[in-house]
Amino acid sequence: MVELGLRAHGVVAGYDRRAPIVRDASLLIAPGEAVGMSGPSGCGKSTLARVLALLQVPYGGRVSLDGEFVTRWRFAAPRAMRTRVGVLFQQPRVSVDPRMRLHEVIAEPLRAGGRSVEVADRVPELAAEVGLTDELLARRPHQVSDGQLQRACLARALVLRPRYLVCDEMTSMLDASTTAALVGVVERYRASTGAGLLAVSHDPPLLRRWCDRVVEYPG
Amino acid sequence: MTAMASMDVGSLLVDRLTVRFRLPTAEVCAVEQVSFGLVAGECLALVGESGCGKSVLAAALLGLLPANALVGGRAVLGGGGDEAVQLIGAPERTLARTVRGRRIGLVPQSPAARLTPVRTVRSQLEETVRELLCPERALVGRIAERVAARAAYPVDHLDRYPHQLSGGLAQRAAVALALVGDPWLIIADEPTTGLDRALVERTADELRRLADAGHAVLLVTHDLVAAERIADRVAVMYAGRIVEETSAEVFFGAAGPRHPYARGLLAALPEREFVPIPGMPPELSALPAGCAFAARCEFATKACVRVPDFVAGLACHHPRGDDRG
Repeated sequence: MVELGLRAHGVVAGYDRRAPIVRDASLLIAPGEAVGMSGPSGCGKSTLARVLALLQVPYGGRVSLDGEFVTRWRFAAPRAMRTRVGVLFQQPRVSVDPRMRLHEVIAEPLRAGGRSVEVADRVPELAAEVGLTDELLARRPHQVSDGQLQRACLARALVLRPRYLVCDEMTSMLDASTTAALVGVVERYRASTGAGLLAVSHDPPLLRRWCDRVVEYPG
Repeated sequence: MTAMASMDVGSLLVDRLTVRFRLPTAEVCAVEQVSFGLVAGECLALVGESGCGKSVLAAALLGLLPANALVGGRAVLGGGGDEAVQLIGAPERTLARTVRGRRIGLVPQSPAARLTPVRTVRSQLEETVRELLCPERALVGRIAERVAARAAYPVDHLDRYPHQLSGGLAQRAAVALALVGDPWLIIADEPTTGLDRALVERTADELRRLADAGHAVLLVTHDLVAAERIADRVAVMYAGRIVEETSAEVFFGAAGPRHPYARGLLAALPEREFVPIPGMPPELSALPAGCAFAARCEFATKACVRVPDFVAGLACHHPRGDDRG
């Protein structure tokens, strides 16, 4: 039987093999489920999120995506796997190429995946969803606020219609209204597609409001 | 507090402060006719969405605006045993030698990025001590350690470099640096951004302790949770103007603020309705003619084509909660 979901089985990961930050972490994000992960800064929750987003090779343990074990990571991960997980980070400023206009930022995953034909439909649709006007889409990152840039990053994360979203402190730089707006976009997307979510945050009230269940990390 | 009492312990009076930036193609109205007062022992939270002009206001008080800024209005820092000084337009020499670090301390946003990466915290603290206090050489080290302790920075971590500090420690190092000259006014610019809840509370509480010790604290933030924890008064800024100023008790209490924008900000909190304010703030280079919030306001009418006057702590044509008198 194929188990659907994004799962960590006893993952060990970190930045020094002798002293891994993540030790024996297990977690399942089922399709359609919103899992919150909270914990103090420096506890390894972002590292585990990076492993689950296929961005970091774990030292031990396994990650499976809809029943299939992940064997290759980062750029080496097969496209069909890589594009199944969308990622959003805390700092939009360091997550975009400063030379690209917001329109190109959002369209980049389509272009990189040889799906440029979809750009004309998909980018305006997502821009409207996250609240970016044409005028803002024509600007470069230094010409917009953190909140506006994070809106573009969210649109970029959704452009390939991922089945799982990993949001690592997506809103911790943002004000309350922008936070509520972006969480609203994620939730509308999940309601229409049934995508699973891992939301990492050090704001427990936010996670309790947003997610089906919240796990303390390290548990 | 009476005027007499505030004279004794110091005060900051900002009167119709306006800051614009002249760009080749546009004029950015970052701060428009902002007035408020602050006395010793008080913490005023200046809240608003990013890009509303809050940080520019803080930079204007410190004389740290870029050369293309046009500044109007007054900001008088007075009392506290020192001669009153008009900060706006004061000569750089005055600001550098008597104001910055000595009468106004700045706790910057993302302190880890503001510390010099190639020098230890001790070395940076000692330099500041030498510069601001000019003590005998033998005393420098001891004073630096005492200031670190005041900011709850652990003395055994003084010999670390900025990259070896956690976010919380870097924050406390920044507070320690701001405290060296024992400034009367502490301006904290988004001191809690990116910190986890426990550190937010700790940083906020440190600022509260400073206010309780007789300093005045201007907390510039979009973090309403931190503001609720420590502020005595809350001023809400939108598109460069203060649209409402009220006591923290009223703002966070059952009555709540009266400006629809301030109410919307509160309603967006996950602890409350978690509903965003529709739309985004206007560009400060292309402000609408009337009330800048009208486009996002469900109560807007024809009256809103005119900018509302700031009367009795509120600038709105259609304040909410009128029924409570």
